[in-house]
Amino acid sequence: MSTDTILSFEEAMEKYDPVLGFEVHVELNTKTKMFSSAPNVFGDEPNTNVNEVDLGMPGVLPVVNRTAIESSIKIGLALNCKIAESCRFARKQYFYPDTPKNFQTSQYDEPIAYDGYLDIELEDGTVFRVEIERAHMEEDAGKLTHMGGATGRIQGADFSLVDYNRAGVPLVEIVTKPIEGAGSRAPELAKAYVAAVREIVKNLGVSDARMERGNVRCDANVSLRPHGRERFGIRSETKNVNSLRAVEHAVRYEIQRHAAVLDSGEPVIQETRHWHEDTRTTTSGRAKSDADDYRYFPEPDLVPVVASREWVEELRATLPEPPAERRKRLKADWGYSDLEFRDVVNAGVLDEIEETIAAGASASVARKWWMGEIVGRAKAADVDPGQLGVQPATIVELAKMVEDGKINNKMASQVLDGVLAGEGTPEEIVEERGLAVVSDDGPLLEAIDAALAAQPDVAEKIRGGKVQAIGAIVGGVMKATRGQADAGRVRELILEKLGVTA
Amino acid sequence: MTEQNTSAESLIRLSAAQLAEKLRAGEVTAVDVTRAHLDRIAQVDGGERGVNAFLHTNGEEALAVAAEVDAIRAAGGADAEALHYLAGVPIAVKDLIVTIGQPTTAGSKILEGWHSPYDATVVERLRAAKMPILGKTNLDEFAMGSSTEHSAYGPTRNPWDLDRIPGGSGGGSAAAVAAFEAPLALGTDTGGSIRQPGAVTGTVGVKPTYGSVSRYGAIAMASSLDQIGPVTRTVLDSALLHQVIGGHDPRDSTSLPEPLADLVAAAKTGNIEGLRIGIIKELHGEGYQAGVENRFNESLELLKEAGAEIVEVSCPNFQYALGAYYLIMPSEASSNLAKFDGVRYGLRVLPEEGPMTIERVMGATRAAGFGDEVKRRIILGTYALSAGYYDAYYGSAQKVRTLVQRDFEAAFEKADVLISPTAPTTAFRLGEKLDDPLAMYLNDVATIPANLAGVPGLSLPGGLADEDGLPVGIQLLAPAREDARLYRVGAVLESLLEAKWGGPLLAQAPDLAAAPALEAQEAK
Repeated sequence: MSTDTILSFEEAMEKYDPVLGFEVHVELNTKTKMFSSAPNVFGDEPNTNVNEVDLGMPGVLPVVNRTAIESSIKIGLALNCKIAESCRFARKQYFYPDTPKNFQTSQYDEPIAYDGYLDIELEDGTVFRVEIERAHMEEDAGKLTHMGGATGRIQGADFSLVDYNRAGVPLVEIVTKPIEGAGSRAPELAKAYVAAVREIVKNLGVSDARMERGNVRCDANVSLRPHGRERFGIRSETKNVNSLRAVEHAVRYEIQRHAAVLDSGEPVIQETRHWHEDTRTTTSGRAKSDADDYRYFPEPDLVPVVASREWVEELRATLPEPPAERRKRLKADWGYSDLEFRDVVNAGVLDEIEETIAAGASASVARKWWMGEIVGRAKAADVDPGQLGVQPATIVELAKMVEDGKINNKMASQVLDGVLAGEGTPEEIVEERGLAVVSDDGPLLEAIDAALAAQPDVAEKIRGGKVQAIGAIVGGVMKATRGQADAGRVRELILEKLGVTA
Repeated sequence: MTEQNTSAESLIRLSAAQLAEKLRAGEVTAVDVTRAHLDRIAQVDGGERGVNAFLHTNGEEALAVAAEVDAIRAAGGADAEALHYLAGVPIAVKDLIVTIGQPTTAGSKILEGWHSPYDATVVERLRAAKMPILGKTNLDEFAMGSSTEHSAYGPTRNPWDLDRIPGGSGGGSAAAVAAFEAPLALGTDTGGSIRQPGAVTGTVGVKPTYGSVSRYGAIAMASSLDQIGPVTRTVLDSALLHQVIGGHDPRDSTSLPEPLADLVAAAKTGNIEGLRIGIIKELHGEGYQAGVENRFNESLELLKEAGAEIVEVSCPNFQYALGAYYLIMPSEASSNLAKFDGVRYGLRVLPEEGPMTIERVMGATRAAGFGDEVKRRIILGTYALSAGYYDAYYGSAQKVRTLVQRDFEAAFEKADVLISPTAPTTAFRLGEKLDDPLAMYLNDVATIPANLAGVPGLSLPGGLADEDGLPVGIQLLAPAREDARLYRVGAVLESLLEAKWGGPLLAQAPDLAAAPALEAQEAK
């Protein structure tokens, strides 16, 4: 698809210094839309969550959603921004059928939050400060589906369908200042920055923050300049990079592409780029110059949004602990090693482990279950671990059964499968499936006799002192008892029988 | 003649307040009142030389509402007690205001046949008051004009002289009321579209304080200037109607939060002793027709005799108001009218040849659906908002707007109410200014400042110009939120003038039903 030549990342880094910039759009999870009382719900039948305002019917007027303003202020505060005492909306005008009024109501030169920063922790623990230019409120557009073409893009399509359910969903757009000095860590920083923003809005509870649903969308600006030069190069803007991995890959790819363009002596074209997940490349979108004329003017149908200092302070007092501080605290509380903790964070099960511990599990048990059992299942099912629906109480119950010797770990894992399959509570499943550690020695001794008889040479070795050979006999017994025996007890009984002391 | 008190001919001559009293007293039924007006519409509105005030009528719905009022009143009890004062008094609605059950065209081809899925707030309030809605009145397309000649559905004629314009944009509402087709009507006023038609048809029109009446459901021309208001034959009727439609609406962010003052009581005060009335130096004299000036001076004398103190005020920045208005209004209009693109509702025109892209469908739809005046303003506004021109045009215009507001503030320190002619001339002939947009725009020179400043204005008949025998309008202006003062002064001036004339000015208007052209029409 892409015919662009690229340089290797290493070579690009040798020659050039990348400058980044991000526009992250966050969809707020308010009950209703930014300017109308229609429900803000994802995934419903097309054009059902709309009213006359969302459709831009003649005569309608917008009314600002107060909760959306609160959420925006919270985001601003969490990004260490100043909050405007009074700010206005403007109309950004362009004709496109996903925008029912043919203008988007958006803040322009008066954002609600401005001049902030976010400290980003990179994987090795280095902290990189990203300066925030502004966070402003706007409304989302509808969703176009291009039909009849091979690519799903507008080119070659026969017609397009439009779903206005998303039209008017409240958005906060967070814009960084140019990010300099990231060097070869630019792709990593890109991913970490978007991850941090996503974590913040999720932690604030103001967005569902699910990138796969477009709740958090990133436009990544990349430019290169020769080392030592102050003036920025010409940038490209890669639109709608909608996963953390893709952000990292897109920035890396654009750095490599820009480097090749610059090496060839050509100027970089200022344009938007489309990201293609399948090929991990970008292609040219729309030429974008600073002369794009949206004919902004203050929205005359709305009065200024006034955020009194009292209100801002009230909201500040309700802010949850910032994610980075929370992580520091949890790591200390739980006593995990750096590596263990990072794995937990990267697996995205921090909240789940915290809840499991709160439900009564020890820190190590909670980690063992989530990292050892649940993360793998989630990966297989291609969902987030939290989405599997495992209740903290279930884990506590299972752990207790193992600890009490009622079932062993292998059985517990089977019981978890049963719970996930909806077969009932752990206790019910244990009973239903007849799972129990066999603790009556009688049947075990029979099985041991049979196993020893089946493998006389092994029995002989053990008698001769090669105790490590016992595994084969234990295995035979476990097989015969379909895993229900307590392996420790089996081992004891075998040694006893053969008159060997371990 | 006494037994004709309740005849159809006499019913249509009554004011809304008089009708309301007769309905309450059980002397007439709402059905009779409504039917009388529907008959009048059928008699004078249609045909080649009809008034053409109405674009649509819905007699069936209006009669059903009237019958409901009659039934409630006949049953008596709490429900009858709870009926609104104006229940059963019919009304006409400017076709810029959306209504369920009747088309809304905004006078444009681009909305031909469109039915709104919702009611404007003011329409909801009319329905709550159980006022039968007779129909929708003609207007300049999207309210852009001062003569109603820019309607895509043909011009409305002035009942005083069928060859003359009824003013605009709300010529339909004013003509309907002047021609006794409706006792009440709703208009919208962005630069004078209620007051100027009122002036040239001898009716009363009020542009309330910006935010006094909800704009929800009025198809926007210029959001920061538009305001819905009453069109009636008496000042008291305007107060009554303003009281029905006004007050806070959570669906309009620019709606004022406080409750309305008692406007009806203000109209009944009957006393202006000691009130300071300011003549705006810049809004009379040069450029104003002699007959207009004479009637204006006559009103000043009457007010003085009634005990008002007449002072002169100067508003030097009003000279820039028209220029600022013709930047702000088209800028907002160009944006407000962007939604009419054929994608979701209304007209859709496909390009005759070439590729069928969305841009070309939008372009073909707008090219075919909008008239010249609308296109002119969209182009003006688009230009004024363009990068590089914004500060010089839209930005400067906003500064002028602030200066106009300050002029008003200073003037209202010297005077409680300001006064001027409503329009510089009486009704001009159909077609006279159609090819000269600037001459047309000048008609609004006296009405525009109030829209720029958001202050309320009322126009009432001031008599007939000596040279042409056509109605002259007197404009009263008050500070924002002081609409009550307009009704107080307006009602006093109205009673003084009517005493002088020996009855309402409209009694002197020609009898439309006797017009030969109409007889010919009926014969067909």
